[in-house]
Amino acid sequence: MKKERQVHRQALIEWGKKQPESVVLSGDLTASCEADGFEQAYPDRFINMGLMEQNMIGWAAGLAREGFVPLVHTFGVFMYRRALDQVEMSVAYADLPVRMFGFLPGVTTPGGPSHQATNDVAVLRSLPNMSIVEVGDATDIEELFSLAEDVPGPLYIRMIRGEISRIFPAGTPLKLNKARPLARGNDIVLLSSGVCTEEALRVMNLVRDAGLSVAHLHITTLKPFDDPLVIEAISAAQFGVVTMENHSEVGGLGSGVAELMVEHALGKRLIKISTGDRYLQGASTPYLMENYGIGAAKLVESFEVLCGQNLGISMEDLAAAEASEFSGANQLEAL
Amino acid sequence: MAGMVGSNQSNWPGECQRIADGIRRRTLAHSIVHGGYLSQACSSAEIFGLLYGHAMNLGPSQGPEIPPPYEGWVEKKDERVAGMIYNGGRSADTDRFFVSPTHYALVVYAALIEAGRMDEMALEQFNTDGSRVEMIGGERSPGHEVNGGSFGQAISQAAGVAWARKYRSDKGKVWVFLGDGELQEGQTWEAILSMGFHKLDNMIVVVDVNGQQVDGRTDDIMGIEPLIDKFTSFGAIAVKVDGHDVEALNISCETPHRDKPLVVLAYTCPYMGIPLLKERYPHLHYVRFRSEEERDRYKQALSEMPPNGEAA
Repeated sequence: MKKERQVHRQALIEWGKKQPESVVLSGDLTASCEADGFEQAYPDRFINMGLMEQNMIGWAAGLAREGFVPLVHTFGVFMYRRALDQVEMSVAYADLPVRMFGFLPGVTTPGGPSHQATNDVAVLRSLPNMSIVEVGDATDIEELFSLAEDVPGPLYIRMIRGEISRIFPAGTPLKLNKARPLARGNDIVLLSSGVCTEEALRVMNLVRDAGLSVAHLHITTLKPFDDPLVIEAISAAQFGVVTMENHSEVGGLGSGVAELMVEHALGKRLIKISTGDRYLQGASTPYLMENYGIGAAKLVESFEVLCGQNLGISMEDLAAAEASEFSGANQLEAL
Repeated sequence: MAGMVGSNQSNWPGECQRIADGIRRRTLAHSIVHGGYLSQACSSAEIFGLLYGHAMNLGPSQGPEIPPPYEGWVEKKDERVAGMIYNGGRSADTDRFFVSPTHYALVVYAALIEAGRMDEMALEQFNTDGSRVEMIGGERSPGHEVNGGSFGQAISQAAGVAWARKYRSDKGKVWVFLGDGELQEGQTWEAILSMGFHKLDNMIVVVDVNGQQVDGRTDDIMGIEPLIDKFTSFGAIAVKVDGHDVEALNISCETPHRDKPLVVLAYTCPYMGIPLLKERYPHLHYVRFRSEEERDRYKQALSEMPPNGEAA
């Protein structure tokens, strides 16, 4: 799979060009959130707020009231946790077009619980007026601008940084409340989000080869959450549903899917793959994925539970799948 | 030996400087291999040297010399190894230490090693999978009592501890190590206001005023001066000192502060002891070497540092 670097850095410069009223606010994490390119390109539309996240959210609300579009950059935890009351009362209640770029979701940082956003989707899903999008590849990131054009109120974006895979062909539009289909199938439907989509793709070929027909949807919008494509895919899956997310088990994608299934009377089994009801620790992404239960092995195991048979995929197969990502990518781009 | 109260040492300034030199040497050696939070060691080495070598009255370490692995997903509450036991744990007569900017974790670990509270091999675990010797320390990490990585939170927790200790008439003090970037956080000032209001004169806050934050010089990002005036008006006794002079630092830490918390503003240089770092100024938050040539120059600098065990 093709890896790209600093996708957001470039996309944000483009954003600034397309939207002259956009202003970037940074919480002393400018290069860390790939906003340094914007700062250099449009220094008069860049405000470094230092370590003042609550104050920064208030500034963003004030700027939005004056017709600017604030693009707030810091780690997710410093917004949804540290500045939650400000996000609620200054931004969400007022329904202002503040775009919050929350970096370091869950397992993507070795920074430990103080830096890992593990329950941001759960918390922010409960805020009226809030829209939530999570990105999983380079194309998702590049398409954020056009998605945001369709969001008149506050938007939280669960961001990733650094080296990022391109799963979807460049230019594939990203639409609010619209899943990205990766595979069709009628045994099981897999709904994955963020970095879990790439992790899942490592084994989807193996699963297919084992004879299981799995529909796979990459979920980018977590609020609103009533995409007909998702409902149809769940209806069609004879054995049940698997959700896979880099988030705690309470209140994220899995919970959203559970609510949707009950509301639409889709009485099927649901297995939620998540990091559990716990904080993480400081360690590498592969280590955290494996040990906190969102690795590819967990996905295979969940499929086996739902279909009631052993798929015959060994640990060696899983390890090899990691090494040969290219075939998967080619197949995907053909979709 | 390790972890004993330092106030009876005859040559305590030499001992404190030895710890400080060791902190710089270990942090540089580690950073040459892995990259890291190197400038934090440069600015704060003497502060940690003084705190661990003389000023703090800590009990002996109760932690295993080599920290046990950390598997957070299986560890039970009653099995938890708290980082505070490396600072002697709890007792009415000894002091407690709260590290707020836990990006200084590598400095804390190096200080524990130099003070004989942890084996030097523990540093091999730094930021590796399954270790509690984490890159950003938490309450499970040696030398850390609370989670401080979200800035401004440790000082409020320390104030709660200090209030409880006053209530119980504990003799021990409560020390807080603070970064100057944290002075931008509103919570820090809420903490100071409440510490003054509640007359927490058992608290001593030492601030590493290195004038640096992630994006560059504090003066360019969000200026914080005048600090003496701010702390004083919020109800603390505040003193300013050269943060690289252990004897002057100690005098500052002994400033009378009846009925008020004491704040020691230790003004420091973010490349003190490793002048090569000045090339990168003001972008020093996390050092990654760009080339082998650059790495070699730092190796050379390491070889020229004062050798282990020799006071400067």
